[in-house]
Amino acid sequence: MVRLYTKHLNIGYGERIIVKDLSIGIPDRKITAIIGANGCGKSTLLKAITRIHKYESGAVILDGKNIANENTKALARKMAILPQTPESVSGLTVAELVSYGRFPYQKGFGPLTKRDYEMIEWALQVTRTSEFKDQSVDALSGGQRQRVWIAMALAQDTDIIFLDEPTTYLDMAHQLEILELLEKLNVQQGRTIVMVLHDLNQAARFADYIIALKTGQIVKAGSSEEVMTRDVLKEVYQIDAEIGRDPRTNKPMLMTYNLLKGVTI
Amino acid sequence: MQEQTHKIPYVYKFITAILIFAVIFFEACVLGAAHTEFKDVWLALTSQASSEHISLIRDIRLPREVAGIFVGAALAISGAIMQGLTRNPLADPGLLGLTFGANSALAITLAFVSSTDYLSITLACFVGAAVGAFMVFGIGVVKKGGLSPLRIVLAGAAVSAFLSAVAQGVGLYFKISKDVALWTSGGLIGVSWSQLKIIAPFIVVGIIVSFLLSRQLTVLSLSEELAIGLGQNTATIKFLLFIVIILLAGASVALVGNMTFIGLMVPHIVRAIIGTDYRFILPMSAIVGASFMLLADTIGRTINAPYETPIAAIVAVIGLPFFLFVVHKGGKFS
Repeated sequence: MVRLYTKHLNIGYGERIIVKDLSIGIPDRKITAIIGANGCGKSTLLKAITRIHKYESGAVILDGKNIANENTKALARKMAILPQTPESVSGLTVAELVSYGRFPYQKGFGPLTKRDYEMIEWALQVTRTSEFKDQSVDALSGGQRQRVWIAMALAQDTDIIFLDEPTTYLDMAHQLEILELLEKLNVQQGRTIVMVLHDLNQAARFADYIIALKTGQIVKAGSSEEVMTRDVLKEVYQIDAEIGRDPRTNKPMLMTYNLLKGVTI
Repeated sequence: MQEQTHKIPYVYKFITAILIFAVIFFEACVLGAAHTEFKDVWLALTSQASSEHISLIRDIRLPREVAGIFVGAALAISGAIMQGLTRNPLADPGLLGLTFGANSALAITLAFVSSTDYLSITLACFVGAAVGAFMVFGIGVVKKGGLSPLRIVLAGAAVSAFLSAVAQGVGLYFKISKDVALWTSGGLIGVSWSQLKIIAPFIVVGIIVSFLLSRQLTVLSLSEELAIGLGQNTATIKFLLFIVIILLAGASVALVGNMTFIGLMVPHIVRAIIGTDYRFILPMSAIVGASFMLLADTIGRTINAPYETPIAAIVAVIGLPFFLFVVHKGGKFS
């Protein structure tokens, strides 16, 4: 029994259909990675599931109810979304930005409650951003800023957190830092994490469940063992991949690859 | 936390702003072509006493200054909302077609409605402001991905030029150019209490609703995707904010005609003082906008007394360099 799943989802921009007839369940309390080539519909799928993008037909079901008919504020207490490279927020301090995570809990003009402050404080601590909570978000480095955005999503106190390419634009150390933070949230608190990732080895290492998309349809969904195979990667990315083992985690690992001959991407 | 560390400075900032506003207000009432004393202003405001000076202040200067307060606040708030809503730092009701839309609607009303009262003029201005805004943003919608801040301003300039041509054409054809010009030349001359009584309530309602929506506006100004993710019903909020903008900009035109740049400048100044939270930006914009309008009007009345220098000219002389400054910064928020 999964809390969140899609049923025959068709998503498009105007005339162009991006995702076709997609039915998939998101495993509870697990880390799910969505992978696929550019333009395959990864972000579109994420946006449709989180009601940011309206889909053409089908349904997204959370806790047995179609989210299209649910109160958007109530949904925001169940799932948080961190969009791809959020716009710059000139002038806001870290604590101010994180406090917006409490928006779904606020009523009218009411000030932040004790519970709100506790959650903000906790989110800052978990993401190790407390030390610069009074600094302007603009003044931070890329890695710090991404941790602040994650803090905001955490302050939202939801069971499910969606992230669209949370590691883009970060160097490899900071990428790992973000992924380890998400892993910790998953393991220690049982939060369901769903993210779009570009790096296959990161997906294989951190995700319990990988959804591989090609032109809006699922090529393969399953564990890293099932998805990180020559055949699947050939289909998804048009590459000839060499799969090995990560000597430390023993997870499947993309060692090297070539473009398939005669294929234009 | 945040609220606590900022609470005291915010209060001080507002008190300072209100004090400056009060000083400007009294100066505006005292200064003018006819010589009056501070004492006269005080008596006019607080007592039933009457003299030539006091009734001059009560019946001519005071309605004018009160109108200046309403218009300054309305334009500044509508500018702030437009900037937050469109995330475009160059947004201004005068630059994006709203005031010229209201203008041409006003001209058409004067031409076709025989007995025009303030209420029908005001309602026409609302319709015109909405049409102007729809035209500018319509151009933006046609292009995929929307328009950049500068292109929106270009679209605004084109639509404004068209709408002002409509107003002039209607004025010439129906031989009412003088009446139209009298309304739209952009000034507080001849504002009366009876006019204020009709138009001011719209502004008051607009301002109150804007305050009620200020927290929503802050979240929306971050990014639309974030706002949806945080559980905001963005379509409803955007619609309500749009109505507020139309109310404020339309009512301002009905009172004083064209007034560009106040809605652009004031929110930028306010952001520099008080940050990016619209719960503080909107009230502060009201105070600063009202002060700025009063100051500009007082300068207009006194710089070449007894002749009036048009307030729109004074605002433009300050506003245009400011506009270029914001453009120079790449159209970003300070």
